[in-house]
Amino acid sequence: MAISTAPGTATPPGIMTSSAWAVLVSLVAGAFLFIAIAANAQDAPMAVHSWLFAFAFLAGVMLIGQRHMTVSEALAHNRPLADDGTGYADGVVKAGAIATLFWGVAGFLVGVVIAFQLAFPALNFDTDFLNFGRLRPLHTSAVIFAFGGNALIATSFYVVQRTSRARLAGDIAPWFVFWGYQLFIVIAATGYLMGVTQSKEYAEPEWYADIWLTIVWVVYLLVFLATLAKRKEPHIYVANWFYLAFIVTIAMLHIGNNLAIPETLTSSKSYALFPGVQDALIQWWYGHNAVGFFLTAGFLGMMYYFVPKRAERPVYSYRLSIVHFWSLIFIYIWAGPHHLHFTALPDWAQTLGMTFSIMLWMPSWGGMINGLMTLSGAWDKLRTDPVIRMLVVSVAFYGMSTFEGPVMSIKAVNSLSHYTDWTIGHVHSGALGWVGFISFGAVYCLIPWLWKRERLYSLALVSWHFWIATIGIVLYITAMWVSGILQGLMWRAYDAQGFLEYSFAETVAAMHPFYVIRALGGLLFLAGALIMVYNCWMTIKGRYRESEPLSVPAPARAAAQPAE
Amino acid sequence: MSKRFSHEKIEKNSILLLVLTLVTVAIGGLVEIVPTFLIKSTIEDVKGVRPYSPLELAGRNIYLREGCYNCHSQMIRSLRSEVERYGHYSLAAESKYDHPFQWGSKRTGPDLARVGGKYSDEWHRLHMADPRAVVPESVMPGYPFLAKRPLDYRNIENGLRALAVAGVPYSEEAIANARADLLAQATPDADTDGLMQRYPKAQARDFDGNPKMISELDALIAYMQMLGTLVDFSAYEHADLQQ
Repeated sequence: MAISTAPGTATPPGIMTSSAWAVLVSLVAGAFLFIAIAANAQDAPMAVHSWLFAFAFLAGVMLIGQRHMTVSEALAHNRPLADDGTGYADGVVKAGAIATLFWGVAGFLVGVVIAFQLAFPALNFDTDFLNFGRLRPLHTSAVIFAFGGNALIATSFYVVQRTSRARLAGDIAPWFVFWGYQLFIVIAATGYLMGVTQSKEYAEPEWYADIWLTIVWVVYLLVFLATLAKRKEPHIYVANWFYLAFIVTIAMLHIGNNLAIPETLTSSKSYALFPGVQDALIQWWYGHNAVGFFLTAGFLGMMYYFVPKRAERPVYSYRLSIVHFWSLIFIYIWAGPHHLHFTALPDWAQTLGMTFSIMLWMPSWGGMINGLMTLSGAWDKLRTDPVIRMLVVSVAFYGMSTFEGPVMSIKAVNSLSHYTDWTIGHVHSGALGWVGFISFGAVYCLIPWLWKRERLYSLALVSWHFWIATIGIVLYITAMWVSGILQGLMWRAYDAQGFLEYSFAETVAAMHPFYVIRALGGLLFLAGALIMVYNCWMTIKGRYRESEPLSVPAPARAAAQPAE
Repeated sequence: MSKRFSHEKIEKNSILLLVLTLVTVAIGGLVEIVPTFLIKSTIEDVKGVRPYSPLELAGRNIYLREGCYNCHSQMIRSLRSEVERYGHYSLAAESKYDHPFQWGSKRTGPDLARVGGKYSDEWHRLHMADPRAVVPESVMPGYPFLAKRPLDYRNIENGLRALAVAGVPYSEEAIANARADLLAQATPDADTDGLMQRYPKAQARDFDGNPKMISELDALIAYMQMLGTLVDFSAYEHADLQQ
């Protein structure tokens, strides 16, 4: 893993270059701008958020200054630098791994809370800031953007350096991406609690948060591209194709779907630029491809690095990766209208959406096959390495939900499944099974690698995490299959006289047991994540579980058993 | 790989990879989205749909703020069981002034596209204060605070103006009278001539049962009571509504 850098080219991080000064000046100017907005804010959320922005920018100034002081002092006294700028920039990856764990637990926790609210509505407590309508976007954003986003940023920064054999481009820029992204999360999350929302699913943050994310995202793209440009490998590794497609497509979708006109420049409220049917189509063009590019392409990038690395096997098929990459990114974009079957969206658009959604099954399974078959010749590791088990099961869940998705996009199926919990179950088999497990697997790999530990604190605890979370997922998705199909059938049931058989309220009452089971499934998934946090924390502290001695790795123990 | 083309070229050039990726992902969206702006029949030609009155708009903003869309759709699909439960299937024209749209994606609660006029104001008041008082099976959160909170309409002109920029036909006169129209619609026995002329079929009364204050609940009920009431479907044949 050693990196060779031409001598004399590196600038130690923290040295004030002209671009560092430019960042510093921009931050100060930004802080003044937001203090001015805060002074004229039209509403309380805008005032709160302006102060948050201003304080964050000033904290950024302090951080840059402090970094500079530390480095100049060390240079002045000829002390060795912790990071002299020649190796990989892993500090930001470490921060990202910790942020992934933190936001994961936060997002799962809010998910459990709102699951219980649906089973027991008294838990809404008749409040504004804790009711389901405000917490649900908090949950979806926390798991998709905070947990998933941090996992993607951290792993992409790690992977692009290793596969390019080049240090991350920029000194402040990667840290700007990291902290800027955390600031976006905090602005979005506090906004939801205060009722600030565009009401567009998975794009709820208001106009000013959207502009901020655009700036952060463009810097992210530049850091990634500039690192690729510095690469010492002639080929760009396949994982980076997926990461790059994820970054650039999310930029396109984010800008397209968030075009809005603010009430005033000091108000937190805006109105979407496009109306009704066009807004709906653009929203689901965005929404489905948040799944396609954030939750799929990005995590496929993760798969293409961590599965082969952990299994110590090459990627199964180079040609398959080319074919499924281009077909996946081409076809995904068309699939959005399957969220709008039988609605006021014109039929031709619905049919196009359905057709492409069904075609999407093939490139999706191309990715699954390439991931699973990478285990060829190393299947025994499934038994001995719980981290590999987690990675492989995540790819299996990916295969399952990318089969279920095309089925649900068929209009006849969708007429039953749409508006029901079946959709929620489908999303969670992808989110908990695929996105969750591949991220857990990647973080379980990263923590010992980054902190230079021989292995994790405990592999047994990884096994516990795996099984508890898997049981949680199974409870969750089976409960949602049953409740979704049941409710869909009740909505369309007719009695002998030809009248609708059930009132809406009766179908709600029928959901109760499944909502309880779902909440318990979520609770198990959260418990698994807490075990993971403990395991990672102990690993970072440099501890190894005493009952699992280092000197005898698990496979060796198995081999030491006498043969029959 | 043939001699003329090798994927290697793309793999060795990050900018080429970036550009080709962007082109590949742009196509589907362009082909699907652009025609909906260009094909006139996307929006059916029906009479009656008008921009929201200022009070209805304020109510809609509360509907958005509380995240009602998380559990309620406003889109009746063209399926027999839906039309019989909720009324005529929704038209694109009915949401042509909706910025953003509120079609929703989940029905933890029922569709609300035509909830207007189905229940009395009194029912809505009780339901918002304590949903299980009127629907024992309901899992909806209670919103008792809406009746207690005065409606903040300081920015209502700016709201109309922003919507006008987005293409909603609010006249300068409508924007100038936004505040007066809002007050007229929520105050019993007010002069509503201007309001009715600008917003036909607008319902003006004290919605929340408390004539002393214009509350957030006034605005929300005013919004809900107009949902789906603007188009007179008896005036149209099925063929008139084809996209």
